[in-house]
Amino acid sequence: MDMMEKLEILTESAKYDVACTSSGSQRSGQAGSLGNAVSFGICHSFAADGRCISLLKVLMTNGCIYDCAYCINRKSNPVRRAAFTPQEIADVTMQFYRRNYIEGLFLSSGIMRSPDYTTEQLIAALELLRNEYHFRGYIHVKAIPGADDALLSRLGTLADRMSVNIELPSQESLRRLAPDKSKQSILQPMGLITNKITENSTELVKYKHAPRFAPAGQSTQMIVGATPDTDYQILNLTEGLYKKYKLKRIFYSAYTPVVEDSLLPSLDTKPPLLREHRLYQADWLLRFYGFEAKELLDEAAPNFNPLLDPKCSWAINHREQFPVEVNRAPYEMLLRVPGIGVRSAQRIIKARRAGTLDFHALKKLGVVLKRAQFFITCKGRPLEGLKVGEHTLLRSLMSGQELAKFQQPEIEQLSFFDDSYLAALPEAGVAASFSYGG
Amino acid sequence: MFVTSSLAYSYDGSFEGLLCCVFESYQWKETPLAIHSEGSGQGLLLEAKWIETDKIKADRVLRSIPLKISREAEELVRLGFWSAVPDKEMLLLNFLYLGFSNGSAVMNMLADDTFFALNKAVRLLRRESHHYLGFIRFTVYGPVMAAVIEPQGYVLPVIKDHFCDRFQSESFMIYDRTHRVALIHQPGRHAIVPLDEWVPPQPDETEAAYRRLWQSFYHAIGIKERKNDRQRASMMPKRYWKHLPEMTGMRPVRAARQEKAPRRPRNPKPRELQ
Repeated sequence: MDMMEKLEILTESAKYDVACTSSGSQRSGQAGSLGNAVSFGICHSFAADGRCISLLKVLMTNGCIYDCAYCINRKSNPVRRAAFTPQEIADVTMQFYRRNYIEGLFLSSGIMRSPDYTTEQLIAALELLRNEYHFRGYIHVKAIPGADDALLSRLGTLADRMSVNIELPSQESLRRLAPDKSKQSILQPMGLITNKITENSTELVKYKHAPRFAPAGQSTQMIVGATPDTDYQILNLTEGLYKKYKLKRIFYSAYTPVVEDSLLPSLDTKPPLLREHRLYQADWLLRFYGFEAKELLDEAAPNFNPLLDPKCSWAINHREQFPVEVNRAPYEMLLRVPGIGVRSAQRIIKARRAGTLDFHALKKLGVVLKRAQFFITCKGRPLEGLKVGEHTLLRSLMSGQELAKFQQPEIEQLSFFDDSYLAALPEAGVAASFSYGG
Repeated sequence: MFVTSSLAYSYDGSFEGLLCCVFESYQWKETPLAIHSEGSGQGLLLEAKWIETDKIKADRVLRSIPLKISREAEELVRLGFWSAVPDKEMLLLNFLYLGFSNGSAVMNMLADDTFFALNKAVRLLRRESHHYLGFIRFTVYGPVMAAVIEPQGYVLPVIKDHFCDRFQSESFMIYDRTHRVALIHQPGRHAIVPLDEWVPPQPDETEAAYRRLWQSFYHAIGIKERKNDRQRASMMPKRYWKHLPEMTGMRPVRAARQEKAPRRPRNPKPRELQ
């Protein structure tokens, strides 16, 4: 089998892993070495599905001793199998990197023979890159659940980021779809990596040249839509992982059916892209906007509204906190206004030192007035001519373009104010109760 | 300040030259309606005044910027000068007027029209520069590597540190066809030099093989159930495609149609830009 064919097979098998970033590590170049790493990450290309390509994302092998129902590489799935040698991985990485095709390597693997053996193979590839070829670019590597602690520790000192995929957001789903994995087998390496990273940061204070352990941190991935788990469950798990395991990123992957299985949605199911999108929006609210999971969803409304983004939903449900005076509101409150993001909130803080802001100025600062207008005042006054009818408000907050892009079969038939979706919104007459001072 | 109704400045297109225009404007308390660089089209209706480049005057203006405004303002002026926005000269002159009368506070005046326009121009330059960190493709010719880019702004000085650091032990060149300059790097030294014309030689078989390998990777990584051409085009605008092997290899026809005559350089003496 030639290199081209191998690369195709092992890329095909790796592409459902959605982690793509190359951010979080800062490392300068060195004479006699190739490469550096930059903390903001660099996208080198974009695939036909619009997703960023920054790393050579491949599997070491797509052969696997496990039989997880959702996985394209499951033992019982008759696909073509291939395997790279550590040497081949290292060579193609160096050649691609030199041509500036990629920012580094994302290496995962099916389980060959045993978790330990597989991990040893991964280590061999990374050692070749780091020690023989003096590669200083970015490396993201998968920790193999069930592998020996010592081996995982060794792997972590060679990589920038490590990840263990949770895949299924509940123990029950795991039991049904991935009987060879358990909650424990996933959380155990995750905990080990967290501890190593913490240990390492104290070592670094003491010894400047202590080898760095996964300096770009740890991430994980969850599949959305293969199981009945709700957004609320997923978001709570997310929050817990950020807090307890100090994860850097959690990725969500809309389930794309790749194998026929009686336990799974049928093969013609479209991936729930809108749901995935809402989860990413909520994830952002947790990490950068100071929201907590329980503010966004609860037992009574456990799933995100497809028509409104999570921040708009929250704002409509908390209209007693609005309107906010742009010239006085603290940063944390500005962040909670729909249409104001992290950048524009920072710009508002800066610009209001130079003078009082009006609506015209806000536009220049990047505020999306279409959404923000209902929630803010400038110098105590709402936007001139603003009409807050129930329909204008909701229509303005829904993004038609976004909806069209993520058009889902079950929404296609939906009339604009279908009862079932509006039921999740606050009671009608939303707008009437908005009151503006002045 | 005295405003002459029909005055335009002309200068040699260098950064120092523009600083001298600022000097002139202050010295005679006059505000030109336009500033043209040599070689660019000039309005016929305006009375043109040639501003000679004088290193001493330019230095005085340049030194006063961090002193009377701030360090960030100096960076903004440099980057603004490299941006591709039409009329950048007047924008910079107006910004300096604003800065010299308001001091460092000008950097907070995000909603001011002049500052906003300059900031936007610089933001575009920075975004384009960031794009080029990823969208540059080197071709390996034995011991050396070369890449061609056609940026709108003058990005080479912004991206040079990144590539010189990343490929410290390599000899490489990045040729900017728009501005007709090249960043040339050899281990231990580098320079941005004018280069009128450079046509990359045909790649050899090894190089072609790696391009094909990269193309097949690119092809395999996309998930067809999630195909989204609009998203791709917004993240990776089409004007970059013709220098990306993964895009040209698969669509030779489209790529050929995109081929256009190289744009006239905005600046006839790019070396002075530094």
